[in-house]
Amino acid sequence: MSVTEYIRKSQIWRSIFRHPAPYDRRNRAVVILTNFFLHLHPVSAKKGGIALSYTWCMGGITFFLFLVETLTGVLLMFYYRPTLEWAFTDIRALRDVNTLGIMREIHRWGAHAMVITVWLHMYRVFLTGSYKPPREFNWVIGVLLLVLTLLLSFTGYLLPWDQLAIWAITVGSNMARATPFLGHEGPGFQLLNVGGFDLITNASDARFLLLGARTVGEETLNRFYILHCVAIPIVVSGLIAVHFWRVRKDGGISQPL
Amino acid sequence: MNPHPDLTVGVIHGLGWLYLLLFFLNLGWTVRSYKVDGQYESLMGIKHAPKALVWAAYSALLLIVTLVHFAVESDASNFKLRLPEFIKNPADAVIANPISFFCLSIVIYAAIILLRKWWVKPTVSWVLFNLSVLFITVSMTDYDFRKIVGKPDNVPIVGMLFLVGFTTWLYFSKANENDRRIAEGLPVREKELSDQVLVWPDLVYTEMICMILITALLIVWGVALQAPLEEPASAVKTPNPSKAPWYFLGLQEMLVYFDPWMAGVVLPSVILVGLMAIPYIDFNTKGNGYYTFNERKFAISTFLFGFMPLWTGMIVLGTFIRGPNWNMFGLYEYWDAHKLEVLNNVNLSDYFWLSFLELPLPKPDPQAGFFSQAGSILLREWTGILVILFYLFAIPPLLAVTIFKKFFVKMGFVRFMVLANLFLFMASLPLKMVLRWVFNLKYIVSIPEWVFNI
Ligand code: HEM
Repeated sequence: MSVTEYIRKSQIWRSIFRHPAPYDRRNRAVVILTNFFLHLHPVSAKKGGIALSYTWCMGGITFFLFLVETLTGVLLMFYYRPTLEWAFTDIRALRDVNTLGIMREIHRWGAHAMVITVWLHMYRVFLTGSYKPPREFNWVIGVLLLVLTLLLSFTGYLLPWDQLAIWAITVGSNMARATPFLGHEGPGFQLLNVGGFDLITNASDARFLLLGARTVGEETLNRFYILHCVAIPIVVSGLIAVHFWRVRKDGGISQPL
Repeated sequence: MNPHPDLTVGVIHGLGWLYLLLFFLNLGWTVRSYKVDGQYESLMGIKHAPKALVWAAYSALLLIVTLVHFAVESDASNFKLRLPEFIKNPADAVIANPISFFCLSIVIYAAIILLRKWWVKPTVSWVLFNLSVLFITVSMTDYDFRKIVGKPDNVPIVGMLFLVGFTTWLYFSKANENDRRIAEGLPVREKELSDQVLVWPDLVYTEMICMILITALLIVWGVALQAPLEEPASAVKTPNPSKAPWYFLGLQEMLVYFDPWMAGVVLPSVILVGLMAIPYIDFNTKGNGYYTFNERKFAISTFLFGFMPLWTGMIVLGTFIRGPNWNMFGLYEYWDAHKLEVLNNVNLSDYFWLSFLELPLPKPDPQAGFFSQAGSILLREWTGILVILFYLFAIPPLLAVTIFKKFFVKMGFVRFMVLANLFLFMASLPLKMVLRWVFNLKYIVSIPEWVFNI
């Protein structure tokens, strides 16, 4: 009995994998059905639909990058405190003194990559006409995922608390004060007033809601930290689950009828 | 004044590695050409050298160039293989001008679609790929180019451009093939691959390999390039230029042509709603689940217009070309914060009252009641308001009875109106650009009293 065979026959192995190795047709089907991670897939699919040249694997790569970002992000959270006193120093320490410092690089480049792949995934879905019935709604979910991916990246941009960070966020969030009706420099904000008092001021408008303050400051750092590490990832995970579910329920990856 | 520090040995060696990579790629291509393109080509009846020979010669040249780069040990400033100066100024003049930049991107867009049969041919696209790599390596000898393109945060954008090019190439080669089949009455290529296969191993292994490659890529990338960390944040030191993250640079670019409420809020919302609306307004049932161009000409061309000149083009513009004071700089130009650009933009109301009627602008009396103020504002701006109302409310029906008649009949009223309005919003940006360049037009409607400018 070879070593691998010994391991495969052991009680521990068999308690984890509930079926023999996927060497024959039957077990190749069973492995997909009984493994939690693999069961996202159907057992079989049309050859053209799963061809790399058809999907470019872009959705899959985007999902994988999301997982990479989650993992490296959690590691980074161990070393990072979102306060004016520490944020910058903690990030610099990742470079200067920390053995796991490369996590920051992987996290940042992974984020860039994810923004790029999510666009390319959308591009592919458009070019194959895969948003057409019955997949209309999954496209809508996809657009939401696209927005949330951008927001994830945007909120993360602030956290190193360097010049690049606060000014990019300042430029980006300045537009919010011009929101029609809800921004204190937007058209129509004067209309929202009660007895001569403006309801929309620089301390109550859309930008204030985003920043938690009149300018990008510690409140903003806290707000973006929570959005970046908790709120948006939870929503994205939920939507990805729905997205995958719908890919299956809408009949799998699109193919000519 | 142009304080160009010159090439360093490190940069030259780095370029050497890029040439080496290109050499190996072309070596592979030579082998492919030897096998695929045939041993001999007949040119006007004369048998001449195989194509592969040309590729072999080119590869050899690349190898020599590589060695020349690696041979440099000191005295980098005397290095001869660099972008000649006389190219830089004309190239900068084209790139740093909004009109020629935009025209260039439209020309590229049109060429991608109109020449789709030609540019996806293996040899042509390989030459194009080589040219774009050579463009980068040669340009890298210029200090200013290196500084902006080599910024760690900008490297992924260069990568994105190659990926967009590659995926577009992939799309058109498959679409051309399917379009040919459809024209001949054959089933599309995807249809031939309709047998069911097991996901283990056919899909699972692909995914596994993708994951490994992506992981390797991220690790190499992480080791090679350090994530940027600038000075600690300071609320008083505003960097010039201050740029949004790269994927929002399209919005920041729109700020040049629109006020923030349009560029930052209304247009992005319209873009998102428009994207979500696509499946509900595209009534064309063809082209579902396979690559085709001919069966979806309108949809694909419109989407590509948004994707290439607008989205990708504006990222390129915002990242590489917009410099201090949001002025445009050529790729080889020093980012001089004192570069002056004269802006004398004029509102439509100025044109109407001052130039056309030669009367002063009607002035709302700040003491007067709301209605009197509103009256004189409307009087001042009536031309612009009329233009906007015409654009939004008269053009869609006009389209419906003229060029888009077929669409209107098939889509019904609501869908058509949604489509027409999304279309008009998308067109509003290029239109406003053209108006700005041709007439120096600032705002069509300008009501600063209500912070309402279009
Ligand atoms: C976090 C972002 C996203 C993830 C992780 C994701 C993941 C995936 C995956 C794994 C698939 C299976 C097929 C493939 O890989 O191409 C898929 C399909 C699909 N995705 Fe996404 N996606 C994301 C964003 C989007 C976006 C932005 C859109 C469109 C606006 C979109 C629309 C679709 C549609 C319509 C399908 C079905 C395609 C078909 O049947 O051929 N998704 N997605």
